[in-house]
Amino acid sequence: MARYASVLDLIGNTPVVDVSYLSPKSSVTILAKLEGRNPAGSVKDRVALSLIEAAERDGILIPGKPDQILIEPSSGNTGIALAMVCRLRGYHLKVVLPTNVSPERRQLLLAFGAEIIDSPGTEGSNGAVRLAHALADENPDWTFLYQYANPANPLAHYRTTGPEILKDVPEITHFVAGLGTSGTLMGVGRYLKEQKPDVQVWAVEPPSGEMVDGLRSLEDGYIPPIFTDNDGTELLDRKVVVRPRESIEWTRRLTEVGLFVGISSGAIMAGAVKCANLVPDDQTATIVTIVCDDGWKYLSTGAWSDDIDEVVERAKKIIYF
Amino acid sequence: MAATLRIPTVLRPAMGGASIISVEGATIGDVLGQLTVTFPAIKGQLLNDDGTLHRFLNVYINDDDVRYLGGVDAPVANEDEITLLPAVAGGAA
Repeated sequence: MARYASVLDLIGNTPVVDVSYLSPKSSVTILAKLEGRNPAGSVKDRVALSLIEAAERDGILIPGKPDQILIEPSSGNTGIALAMVCRLRGYHLKVVLPTNVSPERRQLLLAFGAEIIDSPGTEGSNGAVRLAHALADENPDWTFLYQYANPANPLAHYRTTGPEILKDVPEITHFVAGLGTSGTLMGVGRYLKEQKPDVQVWAVEPPSGEMVDGLRSLEDGYIPPIFTDNDGTELLDRKVVVRPRESIEWTRRLTEVGLFVGISSGAIMAGAVKCANLVPDDQTATIVTIVCDDGWKYLSTGAWSDDIDEVVERAKKIIYF
Repeated sequence: MAATLRIPTVLRPAMGGASIISVEGATIGDVLGQLTVTFPAIKGQLLNDDGTLHRFLNVYINDDDVRYLGGVDAPVANEDEITLLPAVAGGAA
């Protein structure tokens, strides 16, 4: 039994489990990296620690100094992870959160002592990003780490997630992950391409743009700066959209291999299965996917228990990615 | 060759209000070019002056992003489903 000095030392080194039972082809192995094993429950623990440590190295944040305030837009997991790290470091965190995230995410933010600033649910994550920018501009003494543009976000994955994957799965042929801030894909993708250029990097995204009412024209569109800074279009080999029904179906199917995961992980698994289906029959492949978080934060969506048509309609209205 | 086009809420007012329409063309460039003729108001929203895809527009053929399938040259087959999606901030789970 290992002993650790701090919960922060538990971040990373997550296990990889074989879920090939769900692969459509016996020649294609699918492995899931279980990021829900991080202490605050998601892949975003890596990012939160990296963002805070970079700010401390740069002297933007000073551990122990009173009244230091951070602001960050998040649909949940980054906020929760930052809240945990901030509590340990003594910083006050304000999270700009769309109103249509699952109530469990809101509760977890409060549990770790974060302050929630609501942004309109109809504007999705775009609205939270806009409001956080406006508040940061009005309050220059607040620290705005801005996960969408901060190089410490992909760097966390370049330095930890990527090397862990290659160490545990040296035979990897494909990496499939969700495109949120693009931090996971840019960091892991860049590391894998450097070490093993033939690895294919696939992005999965939800059809969020269909639902965002706050979008008045395409000119309001948004591409995370870390995606462009890392030449995302060049780095990725393929990008697929996974719709809410497929996301729920695969979230449920993952329970067949004993995995109780968040809905975005179901979407990513659906993407991994699409990827497996495109592997030629005479070839073998090893796909690594990311399970971003566990299912606990989504129980209120009824994702596992309610009629799937109702769940799909509900899922269109909440932010689960 | 007829394909189906799914139109996001933000573009519907300038495209007759429908959420799904039938379109024709051998490539995505053909389909989008034809749309700009039928709905001149959206021309700048779909394509840049040099004929490439608008930065904030994602176009999918059967849920595959065409930027990775040849861009405007991506082939369109009969009964394909084409989806236009504006780029929005990632959910950042």
